[in-house]
Amino acid sequence: ILLSDGPSPAITPITPPTSVIAPLFIDTLCLDKCTTLREEVDDSFDINISVSDPEKVGDGMNAYMAYKVTTKTSMSLFKQREFSVKRRFSDFLGLHSKLASKYLHVGYIVPPAPEKSIVGMTKVKVGKEDQSSNEFVEKRRSALERYLMRTVKHHILLKDPDVLQFLESSELPRAVSTQALSSAGLLRMVNKAADAVNKMTIKMNESDAWFEEKQQHFESLDVQLRKLHISVESLVCHRKELSVNTAQFAKSAAMLGNSEDHTALSRALSQLAEVEEKMDQLHQDQANADFYLFSELLGDYVRLLAAVKGVFDHRIKTWQKWQDSQILLQKKREAEAKLQFTNKSDKLQQAKDEIKDMEGRVQQDERDFEQISRTIRKEVGRFEKERVKDFKTSIIKYLESLVLTQQQVIKSYFTFRYVTASV
Amino acid sequence: MMEGLDDGPDFLSEEDRAPRAVNVDLQTDATLQVDISDALSERDKVKFTVHTKSSLPNFKLNEFSVVRQHEEFIWLHDSFVENEEYAGYIIPPAPPRPDFDASREKLQKLGEGEGSMTKEEFTKMKQELEAEYLAIFKKTVAMHEVFLCRVAAHPVLRKDLNFHVFLEYNQDLSVRGKNKKEKLEDFFKNVVKSADGVLVAGVKDVDDFFEHEKTFLLEYHNRVKDASAKSDRMIRSHKNAADDINRIASSLYTLGTQDTTELCKFFLKVSELFEKTRKVESRVAADEDLKLSDLLKYYLRESQAAKDLLYRRSRSLVDYENANKALDKARSKNRDVLQAETSQQICCHKFEKISESAKQELIDFKTRRVAAFRKNLVELAELELKHAKGNLQLLQSCLGFMKTNT
Repeated sequence: ILLSDGPSPAITPITPPTSVIAPLFIDTLCLDKCTTLREEVDDSFDINISVSDPEKVGDGMNAYMAYKVTTKTSMSLFKQREFSVKRRFSDFLGLHSKLASKYLHVGYIVPPAPEKSIVGMTKVKVGKEDQSSNEFVEKRRSALERYLMRTVKHHILLKDPDVLQFLESSELPRAVSTQALSSAGLLRMVNKAADAVNKMTIKMNESDAWFEEKQQHFESLDVQLRKLHISVESLVCHRKELSVNTAQFAKSAAMLGNSEDHTALSRALSQLAEVEEKMDQLHQDQANADFYLFSELLGDYVRLLAAVKGVFDHRIKTWQKWQDSQILLQKKREAEAKLQFTNKSDKLQQAKDEIKDMEGRVQQDERDFEQISRTIRKEVGRFEKERVKDFKTSIIKYLESLVLTQQQVIKSYFTFRYVTASV
Repeated sequence: MMEGLDDGPDFLSEEDRAPRAVNVDLQTDATLQVDISDALSERDKVKFTVHTKSSLPNFKLNEFSVVRQHEEFIWLHDSFVENEEYAGYIIPPAPPRPDFDASREKLQKLGEGEGSMTKEEFTKMKQELEAEYLAIFKKTVAMHEVFLCRVAAHPVLRKDLNFHVFLEYNQDLSVRGKNKKEKLEDFFKNVVKSADGVLVAGVKDVDDFFEHEKTFLLEYHNRVKDASAKSDRMIRSHKNAADDINRIASSLYTLGTQDTTELCKFFLKVSELFEKTRKVESRVAADEDLKLSDLLKYYLRESQAAKDLLYRRSRSLVDYENANKALDKARSKNRDVLQAETSQQICCHKFEKISESAKQELIDFKTRRVAAFRKNLVELAELELKHAKGNLQLLQSCLGFMKTNT
């Protein structure tokens, strides 16, 4: 807020923009102008969201995890520069559900929310304070954080009132329909299945090669990312195994050192045990880096590509709707032509009115189709830019983790060599 | 444009060095030098070319070679074990049977699945399996060689007639493997021996040196066994991780060739990096196997051989004590005294002979063990450092390139 206290002609009070975005389906043209302007002016957007301090609330099967969502920003969109709220997992799902219902069908790639896990959550509810449930909570916390960052990086979604409310308001109405085993959940599943079947039966007359090309590109990208994801998950698993086996070997080497009756060799074997203990820790840390910097990135993108595919599918449905309207218009025209030769003047008028309505609908449907096509083009451009940045950043960070590990390995074995040489 | 990444040191060239992996201090003295100069892997057997250089008068020539198979090594080893004269020595442990079954199976499966993978994948996997086969091959050669070298270095065993025949006789020794009946006999012999061993182990030794050695060896042997098993598991995990990195490199390569954004260059670079680092990781696993696992496995077998020596000594002590009792009984009854006296003297002599040589053998064992561990642990540390530095260089070079080009 750039309101000044005293009289200072240089600074003009500016009212902070209220929701710039009116519901999309009303004024799409104005929206286009707004977005292009924003991209030119505000390319470096400054907002950082962190999800932290998971806290168990309640007991038994009604218990849940509450996460602190902290926003730090200098953007005028927000009332404060730094603020926190408490949110639970279903709140995130609720947010995604609202955004999806508003923006997906007009071509915006809405980042998917992290996946539910009945098994994982039950362990937490039941109160197992062991390593695996801690890992689960950390995994989820990280996923929620990435989800929110991806959502606010989208310049349209950032300004959505539901997003702002999610980040800012201390109380949020509970999103009940997001429960996995609720009737709404089942309905969602049924709808998804129906959509899938429908997609297969619609064959679109693609006049624009760009869409065909992009769809193929995303499909092959999906296949490759999934394959890579599986290999990285396997690496994480084997590295964790290596860590465990190294720890066991370390203990065994220590025992061997204890029973060795040559003093200097005994000391060297103890040193070997120490080195291997350090290696165990390094492997553990590296496995975590493998997971959070590489595996999760791939998992996120596999899910994002599903959203991209959904958006392309919506375009096809929009096209279909337009085609159907055109067919209907044609039918009405034929019906009107037939009525011309009868004496039912009132029916004729009705027919003429219906045709007028229909013509309007056809025009609207055509505009919708063109609009979603335009939006997707822009979205794909934005998505690809994000993808490049995301992968570069994450992979560079991952390589840096590998560098750190090797440096630690060198340090450890250096000391070890010194000791063994003196045997 | 692609100068950012060096090709790095060629790690594979190390494989050419003959791995006299485990033992050291095998005074390679000119009077008798034995090595395995060549080996051939046929369908289900390995043929070793045993090469001897000797200035001893026992041999017709100063330098000669023969071809031997695994069974003939076992025959030689068993002949030492069964020879009463050698009861007081640690018999060098027999080399394990060459086992290419697993590797051969994998190669066969690969051949069958050739149609279902791309040409690059196939060639890559074939190269890896061949490298694995080669590694196992080199190991078995090393283990057979170490056995022969140990015998050649032993002041008494090197003079053994069977050993000379083994080295020189250039025909097939016609040593058939043991048939079922003989294997069963062996099995029972071992059962009796271990039951006996338990009884004999309970006898407390008057001699402090041997009492200490007994306690020490028992514990040491068990702990080496455990360490050997855990080391194997650790190395297997290492290999698995290296295999994963290999697959990741392939996937990244495909991504790199297909991507339409500037990520394609990026992916190709990282793929190239991972190809190289995974070769390093494989070398780490292989070197750990050689310097650590093989060392532990060898001393597992050697400590067993040392335990066997102690058992033989204890056995002879029991025999000696029994002979003493028999002599006292004979004297008290004044019957068969001479027989009992001779018998007692033989047992006494046998026991003293074994004790004397056993003491030296056990001292030598310790010296050898310390030297072998020292050598291998130092080499292990050097190799780990070398590989880690290699990895680091590859990673930093790639990172440097990527950061300047974005």
